[in-house]
Amino acid sequence: MIRFILLQNRQGKTRLAKYYVPLEESEKHKVEYEVHRLVVNRDSKFTNFVEFRTHKVIYRRYAGLFFSVCVDITDNELAYLESIHLFVEILDHFFSNVCELDLVFNFHKVYLILDEFILAGELQETSKRAIIERMSELEKLD
Amino acid sequence: MEQLKTIGRELAMGSQGGFGQSKEFLDLVKSIGEARSKAEEDRIVLSEIDILKRRLLEPDVPKRKMKEYIIRLVYIEMLGHDASFGYIHAVKMTHDDNLLLKRTGYLAVTLFLNEDHDLIILIVNTIQKDLRSDNYLVVCAALNAICRLINEETIPAVLPQVVDLLNHQKEAVRKKAIMALHRFHRKSPSSVSHLISNFRKRLCDNDPGVMGATLCPLFDLISEDVTSYKDLVSSFVSILKQVTERRLPKSYDYHQMPAPFIQIKLLKIMALLGSGDKSASEIMYMVLGDLFRKCDSSTNIGNAILYECIRCISCIIPNPKLLEAAADAISKFLKSDSHNLKYMGIDGLGRLIKISPDIAEQHQLAVIDCLEDPDDTLKRKTFELLYKMTKSSNVEVIVDRMIDYMISINDNHYKTEIASRCVELAEQFAPSNQWFIQIMNKVFEHAGDLVNIKVAHNLMRLIAEGFGEDDDDADSKLRLSAVESYLQIISEPKLPSLFLQVISWVLGEYGTADGKYSASYISGKLCDVADAYSSDETVKGYAVSALMKIYAFEIASGRKVDVLPECQSLIEELLASHSTDLQQRAYELQALLALDARAVESIIPLDASCEDIEVDKDLSFLNGYIQQAIESGAQPYISERERSGMFETTDYHSQDHHEVPSHALRFEAYELPKPSGPPQASTELVPVPEPSYYSEPHQPVSTSLVSERESTEIKLRLDGVKQKWGRPSYQSTTSASSTPQQAANGTTTHSDGGGGGAGSSSSKPRSSYESKKPEIDPEKQRLAASLFGGSSSSRTDRKSSSGGHKPGKGTASKPATIPKENPIPVQPPPDLLDFGEPTATTVTSTDPFKELEGLLDSSSQDGGSTDVMGLYSDAAPVTTSTSVDSLLSELSDSSKGNARTYQSQASKGPNSKEALEKDALVRQMGVNPTSQNPTLFKDLLG
Repeated sequence: MIRFILLQNRQGKTRLAKYYVPLEESEKHKVEYEVHRLVVNRDSKFTNFVEFRTHKVIYRRYAGLFFSVCVDITDNELAYLESIHLFVEILDHFFSNVCELDLVFNFHKVYLILDEFILAGELQETSKRAIIERMSELEKLD
Repeated sequence: MEQLKTIGRELAMGSQGGFGQSKEFLDLVKSIGEARSKAEEDRIVLSEIDILKRRLLEPDVPKRKMKEYIIRLVYIEMLGHDASFGYIHAVKMTHDDNLLLKRTGYLAVTLFLNEDHDLIILIVNTIQKDLRSDNYLVVCAALNAICRLINEETIPAVLPQVVDLLNHQKEAVRKKAIMALHRFHRKSPSSVSHLISNFRKRLCDNDPGVMGATLCPLFDLISEDVTSYKDLVSSFVSILKQVTERRLPKSYDYHQMPAPFIQIKLLKIMALLGSGDKSASEIMYMVLGDLFRKCDSSTNIGNAILYECIRCISCIIPNPKLLEAAADAISKFLKSDSHNLKYMGIDGLGRLIKISPDIAEQHQLAVIDCLEDPDDTLKRKTFELLYKMTKSSNVEVIVDRMIDYMISINDNHYKTEIASRCVELAEQFAPSNQWFIQIMNKVFEHAGDLVNIKVAHNLMRLIAEGFGEDDDDADSKLRLSAVESYLQIISEPKLPSLFLQVISWVLGEYGTADGKYSASYISGKLCDVADAYSSDETVKGYAVSALMKIYAFEIASGRKVDVLPECQSLIEELLASHSTDLQQRAYELQALLALDARAVESIIPLDASCEDIEVDKDLSFLNGYIQQAIESGAQPYISERERSGMFETTDYHSQDHHEVPSHALRFEAYELPKPSGPPQASTELVPVPEPSYYSEPHQPVSTSLVSERESTEIKLRLDGVKQKWGRPSYQSTTSASSTPQQAANGTTTHSDGGGGGAGSSSSKPRSSYESKKPEIDPEKQRLAASLFGGSSSSRTDRKSSSGGHKPGKGTASKPATIPKENPIPVQPPPDLLDFGEPTATTVTSTDPFKELEGLLDSSSQDGGSTDVMGLYSDAAPVTTSTSVDSLLSELSDSSKGNARTYQSQASKGPNSKEALEKDALVRQMGVNPTSQNPTLFKDLLG
């Protein structure tokens, strides 16, 4: 199960944070700080997995942004690594050539896309088309 | 494909018409982006908070403005500031009729509120209304919120409606309803225990998305109770088979693999179902074999599936051919340059090694490379593997390595773990006592503050008793070596307290036993310890007791005792100590020094420490006395529990848990009224369960909470009211919460029948590996030999045998040989998903997914689209000129598709123009990448 998803830039500024387990506000800040510290200085050749307390963080860097997913110790690392990529592909599709700035200004839309992709800590839909179609339905209302 | 692109572009343009927000908001984001320090950022946010506080209080804020304010609140909170002053406005917004506002409201509350927040009560009502909406988008928004906000108490309020939605005509709603039920099950298994059959039904849903979502709850359910789901084995296998045969819509493809995430979920479930079940495992063999052949090992996702197959195979009853295939996959992982794959390979090795212990041998050098890798994650995984393969022949090398690593790291959590592993391995496999004591010394020296105190007691006991064999000579040698090693270590600065306790104790017991060291020498050392660690009372206490023993042994043996001056001053100091414990010890020591030899010998006998440790907990030595007392007319003892509640305890369990103790408050919520909002003011009084974040198995925790709370909580006395409001149904659900739960988390492996695949799997090292061999550092080879116990002669055996095996291996890799057990494609068992007719000719016409695919222009074009997406990762080496390669370097684990990169660049052509436009737009608005954030405009995907 996914515990939380974080999008942070290299300076550790949170661009998006979604928690699937209840955490205190102070605890969230601590988690964000620690995860950033864990991933930011890792060599690009290293594994994309880091132990984080009793869980593990799977992260992937795109341009200046780190996408980090915290999952159970028994979860399939590569699968979550690829689900991050799938998410970025969906974002890329939605924003057409997504860049960090899109996410900064449209973070609320990123949350909505994420809600179509992951719900209650599990992947609910893995078809890019289904998610894009759902989003376009929502966008029509705008 | 083109069509999709156009849709995407339109969407993007729509979303970027100035990003659809006001200048004010854009300025805020901009100024925060350009803030040079945290202090400046905080200042900006605080003034923004002030502005919002004022604005939110203004009368008649236009709705559209309000929506933006809410989004700004979300932004503030994301930056780590408190926006709770605006929560109520977000809650209000969920009541709005306008879907757009409603969605924003729901989004904000799911981000702001935890499930135990007081405001949730105000939302439950809205959610109930929205779940009944005709607009499925409203229903979806409500279901999204449910997944985040509903807690145990509020589940019953929405449960019936969520169950109804399982049959909604829109697949998106069904999918979210399934996820909501899954969430309920995780929160409180008893609340949905009667609805579990719904999950089975939805497994046969026409929509693959719904089916895929259903696998999540089923995985949880099956890991709790495997036996009730054995009937689904063939269904899961048939679904997996159909997925691999590409019977799902193309849109589920990811990097040319058909629905890989669904495949992985299915494999996880199969691993649970096949564990220890021969017939279930046999059903799975064929599809697993197919997967090994079909998986594209050049993509990450293909390897993710292969890895899941390996896990599955290591869980089910082993099959020699599959083990061989798994071993092949692992060796590919290990030989890869990608650290990720090496990591997966090491993990897979750790799983298979229980079934075929020889498998690691052919990878010894790869394992050692991983062990020496600078990447900590990989290193730790490798230590985990070594831990699993430790035996008495290699324990020394492995534990030495572990200790070296332990010394080098600072992370206390992992240090503790690796220290306890060292201790465990040393206790289990120690080749000699001396070695054991040395290892323990190192562990204590470097991680003494982190190890369990039991470990210290075990060590003391071991030194006192030896390894069990009745060889006094060996025992005293062991003690002497311990004493010698401690006398060496003792003068080192800053030893951990626990270690000093052990040292003091051993020196006290055995320091002078051998006659090699004089009493004054040892007592001098002990005084030094007490001096150097004068702030640690426990250590001082141990040191004083040790001194007492040494003097006692001296007195008992008739020698004259010369108390060193520093000892004398230590004793005097302690006589006035604030710690009563130390004071008492000092007085005892002083008194002992004045006694004669006979008395001292019976107070502190020589080498009798272990006799003292035994404690008669039952106080059986009092039995005679009690018997006497009873005979002379005393009352027998009745325990307090029996005295206070004879009646309650006798049939405690059959009694209703809700029985109200007198003078007690009852805080539980009343029954939740059906449609309209419940007056749930009582929720805030209910003790909030601890956030269950770090508790690994979720369900057991929450169940225990349920029952605990019901039995111990103070309850409101409602005798008179109960008939009216009480819920007979509630009792039945709570009783169900005690169903036994298994914590099977997919790592359980089956150990019997393991010999089957051992011989065949280890018998073919790769030729490339052979050719590399001569270049290998001899030191590494030595290490390998000591780790894996593989003598050079056995390795050459292997070489020669591998030559002989080669033709055999060639045939094995042909697709035809693996499914030998099942040469004719079996009729798929009852076609659960109704994916198609069993007859091949009509498949296309009757496949319901085809209808979905009709939405696409044509399947071939769609294939093209996924192809291009797949290339994002491959394109890295060629796109150097666009200067984003470094950003993508970690993606390029499989950079073979150079030929296709032009295609990808071409396809990105129009988009890059768009990106320029976007760039221009934001620059116009005044947003510029600063030195802090130079990559603001860079495409994430390159």
